[in-house]
Amino acid sequence: MTNNNLEISSLLAKLEAELKVLILKKGLKNPLMIGIHSGGVWVAEQLHQRLKIQEPLALMDIAFYRDDFSQIGLHPKVKPCQLPSDMEGRDIILIDDVFYTGRTIRAALNEIFDFGRPNKVILGVLIERDGRQIPLQPDCTGCSIILPIGQRIKLTGPTPLSIDIQTINTDKTAA
Amino acid sequence: MKNLQLTTEGKLKHFLSIDGLSKEILTEILDTAESFSSMSEKQVKKVPLLRGKTIVNLFFENSTRTRTTFELAATRLSADVLSMNIATSSTSKGESLLDTIRNLEAMHVDMFVVRHAISGAGHFIAQNTAPHISVINAGDGQHAHPTQAMLDMFTIRQHKHDFSPLKVAIIGDILHSRVARSQIQALNTLGTQEIRVIAPKTLLPSHVESLGVTAFNSIEEGLEDVDVIIMLRLQKERMTSALLPTEREYFKCFGLTEERLKFAKINAIVMHPGPINRGVEIASSIADGPQSVILQQVSNGIIIRMAIMSLTLQNNGEAV
Repeated sequence: MTNNNLEISSLLAKLEAELKVLILKKGLKNPLMIGIHSGGVWVAEQLHQRLKIQEPLALMDIAFYRDDFSQIGLHPKVKPCQLPSDMEGRDIILIDDVFYTGRTIRAALNEIFDFGRPNKVILGVLIERDGRQIPLQPDCTGCSIILPIGQRIKLTGPTPLSIDIQTINTDKTAA
Repeated sequence: MKNLQLTTEGKLKHFLSIDGLSKEILTEILDTAESFSSMSEKQVKKVPLLRGKTIVNLFFENSTRTRTTFELAATRLSADVLSMNIATSSTSKGESLLDTIRNLEAMHVDMFVVRHAISGAGHFIAQNTAPHISVINAGDGQHAHPTQAMLDMFTIRQHKHDFSPLKVAIIGDILHSRVARSQIQALNTLGTQEIRVIAPKTLLPSHVESLGVTAFNSIEEGLEDVDVIIMLRLQKERMTSALLPTEREYFKCFGLTEERLKFAKINAIVMHPGPINRGVEIASSIADGPQSVILQQVSNGIIIRMAIMSLTLQNNGEAV
């Protein structure tokens, strides 16, 4: 798949349309949208406007909840979360840029629950790629793609948002 | 000379003294602590960073604030904490420090937080402990109290943002104060414009200027135009000779009063590492007044210790 197939505006439009349907179907009340730092926040900013969500956009940096601390250590410059103090019983729309292994979402869910017990959480991502490592999946996507191992999707932004597919130099051969 | 505190890659492994740490490392500690600052708003005041790690508080000297904030910091990082009460431990039955350490190592611990009346105790443990263990100095003799200095730097940065234009006065028992020594090193490393120490001659170390400070024997002169005032406790328990006439006399000459505070800048902040002796080094009205940030220092003690614990333990994971 080439970059041409990953046109930001059409991905956002599809994700917006899917979210709109799901919000209605699930009957989300006064939902709170949370963007995951950093790419997820950029995507969430766009969707927050398009979906005309009342509640201010919330931001979350999941670095302290990652599961690779003992392998790669602390992430530099972790942003404090900007979440409303009372998350108890809230309906939440969680937004990230790329869904890959699922570990980021696992960390984000754990962090959300530390702020209180939400009522419903739905997950929207701009791009879902293959390579899941835990049993989680997005509810709404801008697109789903398959990439060779060793390639990754990099979102740059916030303005303009653009998608880049990079080949990672790694000594590890594909297992 | 190799700094015992750093790994070969220059990362923080132990935290024993400010000495030899770069401005970048100190800033990284302050930034990491800031990242933890929004945690107190959470219903569950924890992050899972140090899950599965075991931290031992080894306090050979009494402490309330430091020990409890270390305990809280560790539990908020989801570590397991063991606070050793040395008075009732084997040490009082004659066990040597090294044997105590060896026994705790055999219980697969990951970190020692050490307070000891002897200067260099933390260094000694760091040199002799297993390679995967990190050691944090929670105060050793009259040498250093680096986590206190860092929480003070965090508090100053919170209020004043930048160290370079600041004039900071440290007042009181400089001679016996490990806190003052660590603060002076940290303030200098972070590029503070001017550091003053104010004390009677008997409570100043000889050649104090060599630490990079200006000494004053008059509190009024020393407070002129300062941005930050750090009061120190009179450490009567460490005074072995007649250094002072009486506490009343000391307060008369060196206590921080409303009148004296006016010599400092109007927005100067007043700090104290605690425990405070009201009416000895500081008037109650100032300790509880609008310029006092003493209780903020205590809160900041938790996040700064979280930062130091996670930064030192991050280099101890299994190699991948």
